Amino acid sequence: MSDVVEKTLTALPSLLSLDSQSGAGKLSSTSKLGGLIRSITELTSKHEEEKLINRELAAIKEQVSSPNTSMRQMKEIMVRAIYCEMLGYEASFSYIHAIKLAQQGSAIEKRVGYLAVSLFLNESHDLLLLLVNTVLKDLQSTNLIEVCMALTVVSQLFPKDMIPAILPLVEEKLTNPKEIIRRKAVLALHKFYLIAPNQVQHIHSKFRKALCDKDPGVMTASLHIYLQLIKENPDSYKDLTGSFVAILRQVVGGKLPVDFNYHNVPAPWLQIQLLRILSLLGKDDQSTSELMYEVLDESLRRAEMNHNITYAILYECVKAIYTIYPKSELLEKAAKCIGNFVVSPKINLKYLGLKALTYVVQQDASLALQHQMTIIECLDHSDSIIKRETLEVLFRITNVKNVAVIVEKMLDFLKNVFMEPDILFLLYVGCFPLLSDTYSPNNEWFIQTMNVVFSLGGELMHPDIPNNFLRLLAQGFGSEEEEQQQLRVFAVDSYLTLLESDTAHLPQRFLQVISWALGEFSYLKDGLEPCKVTKLLAKLLDERNVTSESRSWILSAMAKLSAGPGAAALALQVSERYSSSLDTVLRQQALELLHLSQDPELHARVLPHGAAWDSFEVDSSLSFLDSFVSEALSQGAAPYKAPHQRQEELRQEKALSLEPYSISLPVSLSSCSITDRQSPTLLSMSSSLSGNSNELKAGTLKLEGVKRVWGKEGYLHQQDAVEEAAQVEEAATPALPLSPQQGGAESQQTHGDLTVVEQEKQKLASSLFVGLGSQNSTFLMGKSDSTSQQFRRKTRAADSTSSGVSERSSSSSHSSCSDFLHNNLLEDSQNSLNTQKIGVSNGTHEGPVTQSFQTTSKETSPFLDAGMVLVQPCSPQTELRDFVQPGSSGITQTSLRSQFPPELSQLPHSDISLLSSDHSLSLSACRAYRDDALLFVIILSNLKCCGSIFETFSTLIQVASLRGNALENLPAHSMSVCWYALLMEEPHTQVTVAGSVSYRAVPGHTQTLQFTDKLFLTDFIRPLTLSTEEYGKLWLSFSQDVRQNLKLIQGEGDPLRATLSALKEQLQLHIVDIIGSEGIVACRLLPDSPCLLHCRIHGGSLAVWLRSPLLSLPDCLLYYCQKTLEEC
Amino acid sequence: MIKFFLMVNKQGQTRLSRYYEQVDLGKRPALEADVVRSCLSRHKDECSFVEHKDYKLVFRQYAGLFIVVGITDTENELSIYELVHNFVEILDKYFSRVVSAEAQIMFNLDRVHLILDEMILNGHVAETNKTRILAPLMVLDKLAEG
Repeated sequence: MSDVVEKTLTALPSLLSLDSQSGAGKLSSTSKLGGLIRSITELTSKHEEEKLINRELAAIKEQVSSPNTSMRQMKEIMVRAIYCEMLGYEASFSYIHAIKLAQQGSAIEKRVGYLAVSLFLNESHDLLLLLVNTVLKDLQSTNLIEVCMALTVVSQLFPKDMIPAILPLVEEKLTNPKEIIRRKAVLALHKFYLIAPNQVQHIHSKFRKALCDKDPGVMTASLHIYLQLIKENPDSYKDLTGSFVAILRQVVGGKLPVDFNYHNVPAPWLQIQLLRILSLLGKDDQSTSELMYEVLDESLRRAEMNHNITYAILYECVKAIYTIYPKSELLEKAAKCIGNFVVSPKINLKYLGLKALTYVVQQDASLALQHQMTIIECLDHSDSIIKRETLEVLFRITNVKNVAVIVEKMLDFLKNVFMEPDILFLLYVGCFPLLSDTYSPNNEWFIQTMNVVFSLGGELMHPDIPNNFLRLLAQGFGSEEEEQQQLRVFAVDSYLTLLESDTAHLPQRFLQVISWALGEFSYLKDGLEPCKVTKLLAKLLDERNVTSESRSWILSAMAKLSAGPGAAALALQVSERYSSSLDTVLRQQALELLHLSQDPELHARVLPHGAAWDSFEVDSSLSFLDSFVSEALSQGAAPYKAPHQRQEELRQEKALSLEPYSISLPVSLSSCSITDRQSPTLLSMSSSLSGNSNELKAGTLKLEGVKRVWGKEGYLHQQDAVEEAAQVEEAATPALPLSPQQGGAESQQTHGDLTVVEQEKQKLASSLFVGLGSQNSTFLMGKSDSTSQQFRRKTRAADSTSSGVSERSSSSSHSSCSDFLHNNLLEDSQNSLNTQKIGVSNGTHEGPVTQSFQTTSKETSPFLDAGMVLVQPCSPQTELRDFVQPGSSGITQTSLRSQFPPELSQLPHSDISLLSSDHSLSLSACRAYRDDALLFVIILSNLKCCGSIFETFSTLIQVASLRGNALENLPAHSMSVCWYALLMEEPHTQVTVAGSVSYRAVPGHTQTLQFTDKLFLTDFIRPLTLSTEEYGKLWLSFSQDVRQNLKLIQGEGDPLRATLSALKEQLQLHIVDIIGSEGIVACRLLPDSPCLLHCRIHGGSLAVWLRSPLLSLPDCLLYYCQKTLEEC
Repeated sequence: MIKFFLMVNKQGQTRLSRYYEQVDLGKRPALEADVVRSCLSRHKDECSFVEHKDYKLVFRQYAGLFIVVGITDTENELSIYELVHNFVEILDKYFSRVVSAEAQIMFNLDRVHLILDEMILNGHVAETNKTRILAPLMVLDKLAEG
């Protein structure tokens, strides 16, 4: 039957004459939509298209704003707008009208309105909030078709934080007598589960009801939820296995109504869904698997019909059989069944068969034997997709004997697809080293293969591959020492040969590998003069196409070789040339090279031959520099400041400071020396100390600051003694593995304050982070769901790739260790200088809050001055001005603010906006952010110029879930200020404040003025200052958690840092710590509900994990995080 | 999971597009052009599945019209391939007489979308029963006539 349809369609002329007849519907071709469609089909160029659509958009714009447009016309307009958007032209002005159409239209018009909304908007679009009411109304409608529409749109997109509003209505629909309503309600719940799992936690029992629904459609819909649930937590649903098996048996047995059939196959997509669920349940679980053997067997037997869809089911079935606990009889049957696929002349089946084979051979490679001829045929297939899939199979049956052949085939394939470097290519290159080191038949072959891989792989190769390879060379792979040496000599030999020929075509990564290996192992080869190698390297160094990263590798290789006679002279030459290089890293290395080549003793100590790869200890805290730093400081050097802090200061310097210079703190504070590492209070002490360094810089001499930090002489002496040795060691080891970065870091640190890193804290942090994040080197395992032994071993190899080499080799760790150092440095400064200085770092942001957010030391801060920073013209202000009568000369923000009592004007606060007014009284409001509460400030202005005085007034605030009490009333002649301290008891994204003011302008006659205003969650968020250790304890104690991936801010520098500081500034969070690609952040909701965030870079996004003791706080906060990042 | 559903003609012009994952409007034309290029370049006796970036494309040709579905790696290609056919059969049933596949779709873009929305929701196969998929639309049509 399908063929018939296909033929019918094929026989028809494809879009020939679009005359009036072919419009073939209720649509007249003279209509505007008809005209648009005709014009679109006649388009010949992109330019024409642009002209046409822009014209169309202009026409639509005009039409939508006309009041005479009927709903029927509006529907047509929406379809036209959909066309414009489909061609890639934004029609954002029509979005609001789509919502209107959904709201006001009826039947098909309403449906098209909803359709347009679902096509135009995305989940985070602000306009979506406007849809909520319409959806609410339609859900309550008695018209089934409207309920249907509402449920459909809800399951397509719905604002997450509005779910509670409609959830009861949707739940109620689960018991509706109509199947379609029940089905759509279940689908809507599925959507809710996907976007906000916490919200639907309480209705899991209702999911079960849906699963047992008498209607197969409703049951099918509930499987979507179950697949998701079981994927996340298979153990909790094992008891349902019987039900799923029973359902599958009934479906396979043809118990469903006939209209569920597709080409006589009963509900194929339902079968596939069930098979997926079963395979998840039966994985690694014998007893559960036993329940399903029978039905799987039946599925295999029943699916004999020769149609594509039965093959689709069979494939899923085979996959299930090979995923669950194995049963040999079934495995055999499944393997046989796959045979039919692979030999099929239909190319799509062949593809699927090969895909299934990859599962099959993992269990038992010998099964591939039956199909070996087919596999060979497929290998030479003209279709590269088939070829690729075949290689995938081969890759999984690799053993000692066939590895050479298979690798050769793969390399052939690689050479052919080289021109299109896509993801599959990366995957393949990634597979080789793993493949080779497990099964390589001999060393020479291995090295040569790797040479080809490196040359072919080029710059696209994943950095793990060279790292892994070098680790292999350095560490060996469990073979005999002698064999290992042989491998290294082979490598040296082949690289020398390569370097002697033309090197221009070699990729940079390969050059790096070569130089490292030569530097490390050329001493192993008898009779090889280091001088010869150095010459070759020097030649390479001068090649034009060599990048500076590679140059750095080469230089460190030369440093290793520079000890030998003859090499020293060459090294001198090279280092002279590069010691004036513009690249600081190269310059540093050139200098190291110079020193090392001139001092053989030093060289022997720093770079001993053949040292074990893990014999180096890296002191990442750089504590050996402590004494150096202290000395520099005592000689008057400025304490180290992190780049962001320096910038901050620069910015501050531009602004005038009207504050008197602060008095420097008593020296006694400094008696708690920073070097006291064990002290648990250290962090807070040191941070409060250095927290003041900003203030100090203005008022006091730098020397004083130094003195304070370094405190009592005696203590310093003691420390010097201990660390003398370390310092000497450092001076002598410039070419240690970390040398380029260390050098760079050192130069930064000459005026740096490094001493605050406590190893203890780092350990704690890293152990904390280990528990939270997962290592992410699964890239190589494109299809990692395999369970076979062979595969597992490889995974482990891939996991450990980076560690070994990056510690041992001088620059293989180039990027990773520079990150590491960078982080450490930043972290230091973060902790030592900035921990408690939220006030300072928040001071410059330009959000709704115009003044800096002060948490500590309000009085001493130099730049908290009411009048200074905040005069900004903004719309509320002008509004106010318009309103104010000319007589009451210029009530501006400033003049309003001047009314503030002193305790308010000290606080950071928002702009003042007009709330409400009548002929005699005007109310303005502003939010002031106090550390312990949000102050809602109301300013009452008397607008009567004749100077009548209010006799009395009272205010009343009604707020949902807010607590408030009037603090003070300050009556005055023309203006009065009163304020309320508010706290948020229950988290909401926003709350409305409503209230009224009663006053008496004329004696005996009371008037009332109503007002409303909105407060946001962010108004109630304050930073929560705690240490990493406290964070760890709190984290474990919280129950509510939410995870989500957020957008990452891509900009200069570290994206994590940029993103977190953006969040910090906008939402008043406190960054507790940042280590590597992870950061922990804390805040509290007034009065004192903490919320902790754990952020990690995952792929291109920021994976955020929020925890809090409050139910919806994580969700609400997440909403603002998302919003902030979208706006950035 | 299904990431997007496209209908394009032989010239590579989009006739219907539905994304189940947020893709910026500005990036869609380029993505569609890319997708179409990799499908159109396929030979008739090459298989109907293509790897494209981090997802797979399943495509099926009906006269001058291509239907291309982008799916993730976990999806069963062949079942999607047949899902496309199920969709075409439903269109066939609804527009009882196919005058010209492409014109029919263009002039009834809204209805084709409505049918698709009944079948695929959020990138999952929501319903495949032809009668049930068409039911809501039939009611709406009846209302419009009455």
